[in-house]
Amino acid sequence: MDWIRKMKKIAVALTTVAAMALPAIAHANSLKVGMITTLSGGGASLGVDVRDGFLLAVKQSNNPNIEVVVEDDQRKPDVAVQLADKLIQSDKADVLTGIIWSNLALAVVPSVVNQGKFYLSPNAGPSALAGNLCHENYFNVAWQNDNLHEAAGAYANTAGLARPYLVAPNYPAGKDALNGFKRFFEGEVVQSHYTRLGQDDYAAELALIRATDADSIFFFLPGGMGIAFLKQFAQSGIDLPLLGPAFSFDQGILQAVGEAAIGVKNTSQWSKDLDNEANIGFVAAFQAEYGRLPSLYASQGYDTANLLISALANAEVSDADAFRAALKAAEFDSVRGDFSFAANHHPVQDIYVREVVKEGDILTNRIVALAMEDRSNAFVNDCSM
Amino acid sequence: MSARERGLNIGLASLLLVVPLAAAYFGEPYYLTLATRIAILSIAAVGLNFALGLGGLVSFGHAAYFGLGGYAAGILANHALNGQAILAWPMEIGGTTFMPAIWLVAVLVAALTAFLIGMLSLRTTGVYFIMITLAFAQMLYYFAVSWPAYGGEDGLPVYVRNSFPGLNTFDPVQFFLISFAALMVSLAIFSVLRNSNFGLALRASRQNAGRLESLGIEVFRLRLTAFVVSGAITGLAGALYADLNRFVSPQMLSWHMSGEIMVFVILGGVGRLFGPVAGAALYIFLEQSLGEVSDYWQVFLGLLLLCVVLFARGGLIGTVLDRRNG
Amino acid sequence: MSIVLIAEQILNGLQLGVMLFLMAAGLTLIFGVMGLINLAHGSLYMIGAFACAGIASATGSFWLGLLAGLSAAAAAGAIVELAVIRRLYNRDHLDQVLATFALILVFSEGTRWVFGSFPLYLTPPEVLEGTVTLPGGIIYSRFRLAIIVAGLAVAGGLFLLIGKTLLGVRIRAGECDREMIAALGVNIGILYTLVFALGAGLAGLAGAMVGSIQSVQVGMGEPVLILAFVVIVIGGIGSVAGAFVGSILVGMADTLGRFLFPVFFGTFMDPSSAMSVGSALASMLIYLLMAAVLVFRPQGLFGHVGA
Repeated sequence: MDWIRKMKKIAVALTTVAAMALPAIAHANSLKVGMITTLSGGGASLGVDVRDGFLLAVKQSNNPNIEVVVEDDQRKPDVAVQLADKLIQSDKADVLTGIIWSNLALAVVPSVVNQGKFYLSPNAGPSALAGNLCHENYFNVAWQNDNLHEAAGAYANTAGLARPYLVAPNYPAGKDALNGFKRFFEGEVVQSHYTRLGQDDYAAELALIRATDADSIFFFLPGGMGIAFLKQFAQSGIDLPLLGPAFSFDQGILQAVGEAAIGVKNTSQWSKDLDNEANIGFVAAFQAEYGRLPSLYASQGYDTANLLISALANAEVSDADAFRAALKAAEFDSVRGDFSFAANHHPVQDIYVREVVKEGDILTNRIVALAMEDRSNAFVNDCSM
Repeated sequence: MSARERGLNIGLASLLLVVPLAAAYFGEPYYLTLATRIAILSIAAVGLNFALGLGGLVSFGHAAYFGLGGYAAGILANHALNGQAILAWPMEIGGTTFMPAIWLVAVLVAALTAFLIGMLSLRTTGVYFIMITLAFAQMLYYFAVSWPAYGGEDGLPVYVRNSFPGLNTFDPVQFFLISFAALMVSLAIFSVLRNSNFGLALRASRQNAGRLESLGIEVFRLRLTAFVVSGAITGLAGALYADLNRFVSPQMLSWHMSGEIMVFVILGGVGRLFGPVAGAALYIFLEQSLGEVSDYWQVFLGLLLLCVVLFARGGLIGTVLDRRNG
Repeated sequence: MSIVLIAEQILNGLQLGVMLFLMAAGLTLIFGVMGLINLAHGSLYMIGAFACAGIASATGSFWLGLLAGLSAAAAAGAIVELAVIRRLYNRDHLDQVLATFALILVFSEGTRWVFGSFPLYLTPPEVLEGTVTLPGGIIYSRFRLAIIVAGLAVAGGLFLLIGKTLLGVRIRAGECDREMIAALGVNIGILYTLVFALGAGLAGLAGAMVGSIQSVQVGMGEPVLILAFVVIVIGGIGSVAGAFVGSILVGMADTLGRFLFPVFFGTFMDPSSAMSVGSALASMLIYLLMAAVLVFRPQGLFGHVGA
């Protein structure tokens, strides 16, 4: 865990340097970023990756005017709200970022942007923030939450999967996932099955699936739920193709799933093997810095920071209109290749289908198909900005 | 209460009032937010202290009342905002953003739930009681998570702050003063009830329930009343907490919340009037300062709690008073 | 809905029940003998899973991992008993709750400190992979079947241990009268440490087995702990037989509820709302079961009045 301490030290050192050089803060184009992310408890691996990706980009920029304050929200909405207050009131942050979970984002983002601050989301993209609650100071650099599910539905059409069985937890993101899948899917859904959130035994569900005539399974079970589902699926003897969004097959989690995941198709807007200069550089630099392969979340944190850095090169944050225009222009080299913002400040990007493969001893993904090209999102018209 | 303890209490109350106001005056408004949080969590713990400190009822499910109070506030404000009625039949009930009305509803909902849970769980004592209160709170937690109407796991944002006549509740200073006043009122209620006949009987029931029964006092009713009052006060705290965070989530109902409320009471000193305040303040302080030191700050928090249980019985207030006496 | 499907779901309920028993047996023994409520029991479950995953991936042998999981949890239990729990026997339940709550914080974040934030890899051994076909054409996971068998064997062993051995006599004596057993010259300190380690080892075994088909991650013990509480409240605190009956009841109710409620609501509602109402109610079912038991028998099915 040395790198955690190291990053903490870097963040602290940056803070201290900035504090000592207080008069210099008035220097043109200086920027204070408040990062609220999950660094303790069950979901910490995602937050750690976003933070590490973000700090890597800041470090590479060699820009002494960017200061990052990192805080742990413990995945608790009330803590996240208080940290946002602290970062704005006490640390005087100009831009906030970092939140992983949609429910935390819904709690924090509206009040942050209403106070005139900017918020850049490196992960959470709930539909409300893309639609009726959209805001000119809110930018999502990752996705609208439905995107990967939509891509899975679109891919199922071309892959000839006609009768999928859908599984997701019984909570808003789970419902959004299955609705997203159905948005572009043209076949017949055998069943939309909602499981208990945090459920870790899927014996009952697998038995039901076996009893139907489904020809494939689409599932959205983030975190430990997905690991449990995949392991139990492998033990169940059911022989159906699996399809899902990238979350259960990402670099951080894949080693825990093990060989049960090999061959599974999953949708993602990023992959380690995307062939563009920015991505090749990112993967190498991330491995050199932290000694592990970057994950999807790390790529999102990295892109978020690079977007911010690009905006800072063209505008001062004190001039909100210019800074917003600079963000909207998205003039940075995304590790995803082409990247631009839709009218509601959510990405327009390609979404790929990846397959889980084994490279040496390490499980990872490689791209096998393009699921959707220049995908925007379904809520652009709900947003009046 | 000794003169010494009274002095300590006055000192604590003044600190909680003066420090954040001074900090805000000198351009550090964040301390105001922290102090508001301390005040509100203290109210929740005052509620638990009533059942736990006076009645000896170790409820490990007070998050239920805290969360219900929060949801009452969130749901009322939500309906007021979108203009839909909560109930169309038998009479039309709409939402509201009027704080006193919200508080009343929160207190009533929490009290009613505490009555129902109390009816079942007070049939048992000791470790059964602990586990049953925990299990019922978990049941409400799972229900809140899986019931989609009010956000489920995502929680329910409250995009307005509710209003109080004559005050601007968006102003952090005024909202802090409201919370502080609510804390003082709940402490006053605690103090009055503790010294009333009811409070004396309740404390006696903790020592020797059999003797009370032989005196013709029905211990079950006594405990149930205490449990309902306790839940109601914690429910009020929940409503305020929803306003502070502009957000309600099932997290407020989780067993970690129950544990935290209990930790506040014990850290400060069980049964002490200002125990909950001292405990909540210390906990928030530790959370803020340990978080700076390490990502794994909860390890140190755990070790510290362990030391308090093993070596500093009587909590913060008990220990301070002992030390001064010795 | 076919008979085969129902039979498979009953097996699933049995498997969950047997796992819950391994957790609940330790909790109830510790309460019965020492009068202690241990919230950190879920942490011992987690330690078992982490130790099993760690050793299994280091040595490549699931069986060594399983042994390590069991021993690590038992050792952790013994250490915790000697260092902390021992001081709590004469305290009230409140202190016990707080101290063991503090232990959860230490264990959970401590585990994350040592093993990192990512879930660990653990998979069943090759001989137990795949499925078997049971009489009646039921296709069932080999590993789950093994869990049922192992759990029932451990339950049998535990009943023998308590009923037929000297340790069992002392445990039963300790449940009845703590002072008397000390007067009989039994070293009560060693007995308590042994019982605590035994309970911890059972939890560790459960964690290691379940970890192989679920996810080995920090916090995995907490949902199981709450279920185990429900089990022993239903069964009667302190009663191993009660824990067994309670476990099977809760396992069955939970599994069959999740399976049957949506079907039931589907008969008069549209499928998607039947699914969501059904699963919302199914998640509350075991608590309602507990409430019902309490109304009729506040001391639990097998409990003694005044326990």
